[in-house]
Order: sequence, then structure tokens, then C-alpha cells
Amino acid sequence: MYLNLEIMSKTKVKKMLFILSKATIENVYAAFIMANGARMEGIESEIFFTFFGLEAIQKKKLEHLRVATVGNPAMHIPTMLGGLPGMEALATKMMKKEMEKLDMPPVGEFLEILSDSGCKLWACKLAVEMFHLERKDLIDEVDDIITVGDFYSRADQENTHLLFI
Amino acid sequence: MIKTIKNIELNVNDEGYLQDFSQWTKEIGIELAKEHDIELTDKHWEVINYIQEQVAANKPLSIRGIKKSGVIDIKQFYALFPGGPLKVSTKIAGVPKPKSCI
Repeated sequence: MYLNLEIMSKTKVKKMLFILSKATIENVYAAFIMANGARMEGIESEIFFTFFGLEAIQKKKLEHLRVATVGNPAMHIPTMLGGLPGMEALATKMMKKEMEKLDMPPVGEFLEILSDSGCKLWACKLAVEMFHLERKDLIDEVDDIITVGDFYSRADQENTHLLFI
Repeated sequence: MIKTIKNIELNVNDEGYLQDFSQWTKEIGIELAKEHDIELTDKHWEVINYIQEQVAANKPLSIRGIKKSGVIDIKQFYALFPGGPLKVSTKIAGVPKPKSCI
């Protein structure tokens, strides 16, 4: 028993692999903050952008991500109101203001920080083809366009965790 | 907790951060760096000075702040202080561990 505790106390997360499949601001920031937080703790981290998550690394789209106001009970507004024109833009503006107060970087700057911090950024090949995108549509910081199999092979060491967002 | 470096008794918390900055000296910084297998160069000292100035001015430390500091870029920062740069550099600088998540 004592031995087990001894081993457990030395067990540490070594690598975090995030799969980002959504383009709403709250999901994108969740992935970015967790991935950056890992690097800051000396843990390796990588993000695999797939399906709508790809919007976060598209040059033309990344600064125009929004908060979801429909189907999001945490907004505490009736779903029908959330669907009115301008609601998403308003909620997004308010959230960005709050984030700026906490010194959270905008999406583009956050991606630069992640890349400079050694966080690998991967685009999903299947999703890139599905949305008819090319390499030039993606930001320069993207390390490569890879398959699901390639991404799994990145989980090549003990104490690696995968997280789907 | 009490930790002894070069025959000087220091008050540290359970993570090894100095609790009283007045106990910090350059020699202590050099010894703390050795515990992380870091030999301090001029560039390290520039960063340590920056960190101590920020803390003295009550400004929060963050990786974004490092990027804007003009002292060092993020890539270099990670290279100089491996294993969690802000955590390690603040410990060497004798200031509290930053509480921010970013």
C-alpha cells in the first residue's frame, strides 16, 4: 500500500491532447486556456482542430467567432430571444469586453502565444477537405494537416490524456 | 517551512517559494536556479529583474505580459526556464507564484 502511494505521488500528466470540434468562443477559449495552462505547468500540449473547430485557425474567420445564444441555458435568456437578430453579436461583444478585463488575448494573439509556447496546432485532414479549404486558408502557425491516425500516434507516451471539446 | 541555502535560513512555502522577498539575494537566486538545473546568464537576469519590478509595482504576471514586455519573447522564455517558465522564474526571483490561469 505504501509503495502504491509512493508511485502515485510521482505520477504526473505529461501530455495533453485536445480535440476542438466547435467554433463558439466559449469552447475555443476553453481549449486554448487549458492547452496554454498545460505548457505553463511544463506539460506538453497539442490541439487537433476538426469540423467547426477549424474556424478558429482560418485566417478569415478566427476574429469573428461568436458566443452561442440559442440552445445555451447558461445565457439565462429565453431561447426565442436568443434567436433575435443581433443577439449573438451583443452577447459576443459583452463577453469579449469581460475577457479583455482579465487580460485574455484575442483569438489570433492567443494562437501566436500557443505556438510560441510549443503547443502543436493540427488541422484535421478530413474536415479540411469537407469544407474545401487549402493550406493557405489556415494561419501560418498551424503545424500541419493530419489524419485522425496521425493524431492518435501523437499519444505516444505514458501519462498522455485526450480531451474532446 | 525553513530551508537552508548557504547557511542562511529562509522561510519558504510548501512549494519552495520564498515567503519574504527581503531574504532574497542574487546568491540565493543562483542557488535556487541550480535546483532547476539552470545556470543563470545575463538574459536570465534581465527576466528576473523584470519579474521583480512587476511584482514590486503590483502588476500581475502572465505569459501575455511576457510577450509584451520587450525583455524576452515567449519561445526564449520557455527555452531559458524549462518545465513551466513563469513558475520556475518566479521561484528563482524570490516572488510568489503567479495565481493567474493565463
